[in-house]
Amino acid sequence: MKDLDEREERRSALKGLGCSRKRVEDVRFTQGKGHYVDDISMPGMLHGDFVRSPYAHARVVSIDASKALALPGVVAVLTAKDLEPLSLHWMPTLAGDKQMVLADGKVLFQGQEVAFVVAKDRYIAADAVELVEVEYEELPVLVDPFEALQSDVVLREDIKDAKEGAHGPRKHHNHIFTWEEGNAEATEQAIGAAEVVAEEMIYYHRTHPCPLEPCGTVASMDKVNGKLTIWGTFQAPHVVRTVASLLSGIEEHNIRVVSPDIGGGFGNKVGVYPGYVCAIVASIVTGVPVKWIEDRMENLMATAFARDYWMKGRIAATKEGKITALDVHVTADHGAFDACADPTKFPAGFFHIVTGSYDIPVAHVAVDGVYTNKAPGGVAYRCSFRVTEAAYCIERMIEVLAIELGMDAAELRRINFIKKEQFPYQSALGWEYDSGDYHTAWDKALKAVDYEGLRKEQAERVEAFKRGETRKLLGIGLTHFTEIVGAGPVKNCDILGMGMFDSCEIRIHPTGSAIARLGTISQGQGHATTFAQILASEIGLSADSITIEEGDTDTAPYGLGTYGSRSTPVAGAATAMAGRKIRAKAQMIAAYLLEVHDDDLEWDVDRFVVKGAPERFKTMKDIAYAAYNQAIPGLEPGLEAVSYYDPPNMTYPFGAYICVMEVDVDTGEWEVRQFYALDDCGTRINPMVIEGQVHGGVTEALAIAMGQEIAYDEMGNCKTGTLMDFYLPTAWETPNYTTDFTETPSPHHPIGAKGVGESPNVGGVPAFSNAVHDAFRAFGLRQSHMPHDHWRIWKIAQSLGLHQ
Amino acid sequence: MIPANFEYYRPDSVAAALGILQEHGDEARVIAGGHSLIPMMKLRMAEVPHLIDLQAIAALRGISIEGGTVRIGAMTTQNELITHDDLLQAAPILREAALQIADPQVRYMGTVGGNVANGDPGNDMPGLFQALDASFELHGPEGIRSVPARDFYEAAYMTAREDDEILTAITFARTSGGYAYEKQKRKIGDYATAAAAVLLTKEGGKVATAAIAMTNLSDTPVFCADAAGALVGTECTTDALAAADAAMQAVIDPMQDNRGPAEFKRHVAGVILKRAILRAWSRA
Repeated sequence: MKDLDEREERRSALKGLGCSRKRVEDVRFTQGKGHYVDDISMPGMLHGDFVRSPYAHARVVSIDASKALALPGVVAVLTAKDLEPLSLHWMPTLAGDKQMVLADGKVLFQGQEVAFVVAKDRYIAADAVELVEVEYEELPVLVDPFEALQSDVVLREDIKDAKEGAHGPRKHHNHIFTWEEGNAEATEQAIGAAEVVAEEMIYYHRTHPCPLEPCGTVASMDKVNGKLTIWGTFQAPHVVRTVASLLSGIEEHNIRVVSPDIGGGFGNKVGVYPGYVCAIVASIVTGVPVKWIEDRMENLMATAFARDYWMKGRIAATKEGKITALDVHVTADHGAFDACADPTKFPAGFFHIVTGSYDIPVAHVAVDGVYTNKAPGGVAYRCSFRVTEAAYCIERMIEVLAIELGMDAAELRRINFIKKEQFPYQSALGWEYDSGDYHTAWDKALKAVDYEGLRKEQAERVEAFKRGETRKLLGIGLTHFTEIVGAGPVKNCDILGMGMFDSCEIRIHPTGSAIARLGTISQGQGHATTFAQILASEIGLSADSITIEEGDTDTAPYGLGTYGSRSTPVAGAATAMAGRKIRAKAQMIAAYLLEVHDDDLEWDVDRFVVKGAPERFKTMKDIAYAAYNQAIPGLEPGLEAVSYYDPPNMTYPFGAYICVMEVDVDTGEWEVRQFYALDDCGTRINPMVIEGQVHGGVTEALAIAMGQEIAYDEMGNCKTGTLMDFYLPTAWETPNYTTDFTETPSPHHPIGAKGVGESPNVGGVPAFSNAVHDAFRAFGLRQSHMPHDHWRIWKIAQSLGLHQ
Repeated sequence: MIPANFEYYRPDSVAAALGILQEHGDEARVIAGGHSLIPMMKLRMAEVPHLIDLQAIAALRGISIEGGTVRIGAMTTQNELITHDDLLQAAPILREAALQIADPQVRYMGTVGGNVANGDPGNDMPGLFQALDASFELHGPEGIRSVPARDFYEAAYMTAREDDEILTAITFARTSGGYAYEKQKRKIGDYATAAAAVLLTKEGGKVATAAIAMTNLSDTPVFCADAAGALVGTECTTDALAAADAAMQAVIDPMQDNRGPAEFKRHVAGVILKRAILRAWSRA
């Protein structure tokens, strides 16, 4: 017993896996001492600013920069003509398309970059933007993807005759690709033969990640040593380095990319924006550093949006509710250029996770990408690639099917869940789910909220409403989601040809502390806290003695960056594997020091112990010292390791979320009375960080479901370019959350962890949306598109005749 | 979001401020809390070569209550309205309304004078002061004049104030009876989807006097004399509420925006007016 206590004490001193260790980053962030791109100031630094298009579709007749150039302090005004000799007036996108860096003859969305002004200070740059005279000739605008596919108006004149795109044949000059998965014929057959079929169009509206810090960069070309340094808000700094090298022709070793502290990314900071290219070109031309920082409106109007998927679903079932088939056709509005940040072979990301948590024998999906006069993007906003869209689609279709069957939606889910013993489970659309126990999670969730009691209360409320005693309805929003994260196996997943592995490099210092560098980059996720915990448990040094460093391509090992919940599944695995290499060498050193054979030692929390002689041991600290100070025959000095981890599979976190919402039928106001979030992310590294991730992710889900959108009028004007109209909840609007968990480790991940940062957004959106729908189910509502802001909820009530 | 160049002035008296205003004509504007003007300047939708900051003019600050009259200096902040104990006694509706404006950070800087002088139909204080039948004190080169709040607003951002005048104070009579300020908004910091200010007094179990004004439902605040009249002599019954609603609907003119279509705003206006009347009635 004493031994156990003593061992536990040593274990907890490590602050390793499972410890709710306080975030080490927060010391600087809570004191306002973070260091962001805009905090960088260098001698002689110039400032860039964009002239942007006021029109959504127009020909650029002429650009006259003479007045701007005459303004004292203005150094240059770049246009497409200036970039053309360098072949930088267009740039490749991550999705295999190309995008104008600066308007080349025409503009395709409001806010598009037309000219780049470089000046001695930020104010002069802004003044000069006003002085650049651009003559436009307006063209017909297409904001509706269905109309775009019929229209004679050609948006992308550069590829109007191209019959083949990056992802196969194009059907129309505004069509980008068709992507399909599953068995169309068998699905049609099953739907045709089904006892019940529910069909519905589910729209997941266009929104935006809107990180608190917008995008920006400082580019500095040192003409003496030929080195280009780029600081920026990059979620994937190594990829930026490679792309910058390919575009500029500068050899990759002469480019250093640094992501300093980043104030949130959520997918918005994965891609490459014209501002980066222009700042780099301007620095190369001028030989001095050039800074470009966008403002909030530019961020919302011109950088990567998310979602905008029109999903036509058909789901077939028996009368008893057993699902027999699923078919989904998506019309995907990609805006003016296809700038999705998906793995290259997956133009619709992992949308084919759309069978969700359910054992559906046959399924088929097809996605048509379409050009419109809207900003480009289509990024994974706090989710894996197109996974929120998929989860929303199936969780809405389940509700619609429940209505069609006259069934309770919780029970319908239960009878269709993949069973625990079916894992690893092969889905009809080609995925291998690694592990899960959905029934246990579901039952725990329903019990926690007293589901039966809630349904009873809801029924009583409906009666009271009908008697005129209340004007508020009660909605119970159910969701059981399955995520697919951790891209990914290099054999399937690459971005621009670069396999989506990740990496960790560890150096143990002689006195028993360490530094670990990774190919990822934290934007608030707390990597410096949690990766140190993974390592602490692997190598037996306290997490407090381990520095985690990311984001500098000159020092960090190559990695594909942080998005799609891939950091823990991939870089976290690399960390554990590199830690195990350290331990393997440490074992040899310990064996030498203890004068025993390697096999006579066993690992015990923070030390190697001679089997059967617990008083004979060497701690990792002892071993670290010896590694640097003692000549050990047959071993190199030092204690370092590096691991590049190519995951054998994705991980499949899941969860059960339940939202209880009061809805005022007269004003459309809503109030979340209860929100219960059960997450199963496999092995839990830091419960407190997980809780923080869930709180943040559910809050973003609340925003998306209840108000947040990027909306355009018929002229293509963005109507939601400021935080007055783009809904970003404050603490006041944020409800209380109850978090809970089950723990089903991933069988293929070294520590069994699955990733959690994005689950709450994937599960949260359908939970809120289903709550709104459920409140009106008794009055006949089947489907009403998000966002569920006041007037749209009011409109539901009005259309159901509840205002008489 | 970078403003154009401007000259900054910080006079310490109204006379000095008026002098600068006269010197530069329509190239100059005064600034109070800055919550409307600064964003407009950053967006370059307002060009103000000469910006006159009123922060240093002590005479424009403070709340005084003498006899039956309340006088609020133009540079008094929303937060000061909320924390002033005597004002709570003299006109409790001000605190109720001010608490529904934006968030504490904004209320520490945002002023009453700026709120009413800017002429933004989204601002809460103009309608409120119309309900209170307040007067706005204007200092100009010709001296001081007083304009009733109910006559001050002409169109969005267009008011009875001349370009060379400064709004210096707001005066109104102490209130008695019931009051309510009801506002629906999308989130903290948003302008109203619809807001209603209601004041009423009760005699012999019936409404004796009433005043109603609506916010963000037209290009000016909407003083609803007929709606108030529909309540007088009633016990705020369902019929009286319906009559007040109908009279209010006849004078508002909401426009579609991101908060929703006009018919939704009309519906919400009716709901919150009824709620405000009933709350005021319960307090009368």
